[in-house]
Amino acid sequence: MTVLMGYCDRWSARPGDTVRFMVSCKGANRYEARIVRLKQPSAGPLATPFAPEPVAAACNGSYPARWQPIPIGSFVAVPPHPRISGLASFTVSVRVWPTTPGRGRQALLGTWCEATSSGWGLELDEAGRPTLRIGAGPGRITEVATSVPLRSRRWYHLWATFDDVTGRLFVRQEPLETRGFDPETAAEATLETAVRPAVEAAPLLMAAARAGKADGPSAWGGIRTCYHFNGRLERPRLAAAALDPAAVAALAADLRPAGLAELVVGAWDFSIGIPTETVHDLGPHRLHGTTVNLPTRAVPGSVWDGTVVDWTRDPSHYRAIHFHDDDLVDACWEPDFAFTVPAELRSGVYAAHLSAGDAEFWIPFFVCPPRGVARSPVAFLASTATYTAYLNNRGRFASLATELYQGRLLTLDRIDMLLLEHPEMGLSTYDRHGDGSGVPYSSRHRPVNNFRPTGRHWNFNLDLFIVDWLEHLGGDYDVVTEELLHEEGYELLAPYRVVITGSHPEYDSAEMLDAFEAYLRRGGRLMYMGGNGFYWRIAHHPTRPGVIEVRRAEGGVRAWDAEPGEYHHSFTGEHGGLWRRNGRPPQRLVGVGFISQGFDACSWYRRTAAASDPRVAWMFEGIEGEILGDFGILQGGAAGLEIDAVDPKLGTPPHALVVARSENHSNTYELVAEEVLIPHGATDATINRDIHADITFFETPAGGAVWSTGSIAFAGSLSWNGFDNDICRLTTNVLRRFRDPRPFPWPPR
Amino acid sequence: MYRFDKTRLDLAREFKANPYGAHSPDLQYLLHLMRRPSPDRPFHCLVVDKDDERWTLAVMEPGTRRPPTLTNHVFTDLAEAEWFVFKLRWRELAGEDLPID
Repeated sequence: MTVLMGYCDRWSARPGDTVRFMVSCKGANRYEARIVRLKQPSAGPLATPFAPEPVAAACNGSYPARWQPIPIGSFVAVPPHPRISGLASFTVSVRVWPTTPGRGRQALLGTWCEATSSGWGLELDEAGRPTLRIGAGPGRITEVATSVPLRSRRWYHLWATFDDVTGRLFVRQEPLETRGFDPETAAEATLETAVRPAVEAAPLLMAAARAGKADGPSAWGGIRTCYHFNGRLERPRLAAAALDPAAVAALAADLRPAGLAELVVGAWDFSIGIPTETVHDLGPHRLHGTTVNLPTRAVPGSVWDGTVVDWTRDPSHYRAIHFHDDDLVDACWEPDFAFTVPAELRSGVYAAHLSAGDAEFWIPFFVCPPRGVARSPVAFLASTATYTAYLNNRGRFASLATELYQGRLLTLDRIDMLLLEHPEMGLSTYDRHGDGSGVPYSSRHRPVNNFRPTGRHWNFNLDLFIVDWLEHLGGDYDVVTEELLHEEGYELLAPYRVVITGSHPEYDSAEMLDAFEAYLRRGGRLMYMGGNGFYWRIAHHPTRPGVIEVRRAEGGVRAWDAEPGEYHHSFTGEHGGLWRRNGRPPQRLVGVGFISQGFDACSWYRRTAAASDPRVAWMFEGIEGEILGDFGILQGGAAGLEIDAVDPKLGTPPHALVVARSENHSNTYELVAEEVLIPHGATDATINRDIHADITFFETPAGGAVWSTGSIAFAGSLSWNGFDNDICRLTTNVLRRFRDPRPFPWPPR
Repeated sequence: MYRFDKTRLDLAREFKANPYGAHSPDLQYLLHLMRRPSPDRPFHCLVVDKDDERWTLAVMEPGTRRPPTLTNHVFTDLAEAEWFVFKLRWRELAGEDLPID
């Protein structure tokens, strides 16, 4: 069976920009690549026929297939240094908080190379026991382990020594937990050996060991890694002597221990540079390292006691890094081909379509107009932040729980199955790591299963229904992206009279919200075409485009919850979580906010008395019926999946008009968690009157306006019956009026 | 505590008539029971043969990293697939076939 997958290096491309495509393929000798423009999703017989438009491109053609592995798993790498390779006797010390002890051998710190059986390494063995291993080549390996396995999620001080003169190996574990009623005791072990570790110029790795030289993509330094550690490390120390316990205690406690200055090789402090990928050595040789594959920083360390919850206030409580064997920030593949955006290419949604035998794969990207230039008064804002958060959402396939909350059988297709067959594609921010901790980071620099015009109608795929509608209206629109919105702010939106969002713009940085607000304060018009928008706060990586962070703090509908003390983003220090818990509820920006979700059936809206208000007479021209959207490709209605309602307490402007309100939602539509402070049972839509989607309109003081659909499913009704329907008419009326430069009267009348 | 009652054929009829959308409280309880996740119990899902047109019933292991195992049952209507799986689960709970086609 052919396996085909790929990704590109940029999602937002402007004329003159080059998009590089990385592809991996096995089971075929060659694959075909074609650049196409996407004008609609593949959505079956009820939808506009799926017809990607070919784009003439020099890169279109046939390419030799090759398999490119994905180097998954995080670690710290310190480049080779004479002070490391020159060690004879040594002491290694580190605080450890393991999360999967006993789940295979796990390297903590050392120069060990599995391919050559050389170097030294402090590890946990298969049973989770601290082990010091040294080797001088195949057959010349010695190791010593304590007899007591570490327990999960408890802090220990581990240290080990090797005396080059006596050949004595020593390893010791000391529990650091001071609370609870199941105390542990220290354990240690000693062994004498004739083996001496091989001397070679080797990097020092933390949380992984070298497997040898990579024969394909490498996450760092051309090496392969193995024995990845799950859990936290803190205060790694290395000294050039076999120290006694008192000296080890001084080494572990102080970055510059008195009397040991000449012996200290490295003393790393993970609390420095938390937003970065640099690991700082405060020892005399400044052996700085780098984190690889984005292990989680800004996590509580061994001294965290709850008195500090913001790492920026006292980083000393945050000296730990949490490593995972399934962390991944970049697949590091070699590019196969590239596409340079021609100056005359129209802005739009594009993709590289790959095919090999019966396998196919899509790599979408967005062609945006030149910076500061609008080629249309209308911009479609692709929800790239949300797409990134969901990339490779694996949790959906994990259990019957998906069917339980969705109210229908789980469906998946062949590309979804790639994710099951190739777990090295990594996780989404909707997943937990293999050790149970939540995934706060997501990157687009890897192959993904759910960013394509086929498959489940969600996010990108579902947003193509909006593109389909814009194409139906003549195709007069630009495409811009949230990535650019974060980088360029208001400047990106300024040239447009109307900005149209995607169906589910759920994730926003402060910079993105600032841009929306600035746009609206200057008379911009915003069509919020979805549900559950502007919900979670995110941070963007300071140097890597396309990498975001979300801390699922305190409240909200969430696949995992941030652990205590982990509510602040590592990238920025900002407090994460819901925007409504950060002083900027979505109701304030777009009038409505997330109220419920359900996935078994969608419903309709009923016009309200406010729909007759002369302020919105233009909105309902040509629309006679009282019921709106009792049809649609997405589960039969325009109101559903995730829905939003007005709430004056949370900031819905007092002059906002709810012109239509949904009804008849099913049992699977439950009130969002943040609205249920005291569980009372009356939380599903068959009994709870707060659950409804509100089509909402309000004017802004500078002649602008906001129109919100409050429903993800809305977009799936636009093309119903060949676009001859009231949802399409309503939305088109809004777009027509929003394009009209005449200011909306203020104050509203 | 809600318990399965194999004499409640009215609930099966209600589900068959309307697998999606608002259900009676008792049917909702029954569906919760049928859909209760278990770490060691395989569950059914649908594998897409053709987007929005044809699906094959399959079985997945919870928490697995393996693709689902396909069955020989192919559907062109999602509601029919739901009813088919409902009957399988009824049989598991009741120890006998649901006497409704």
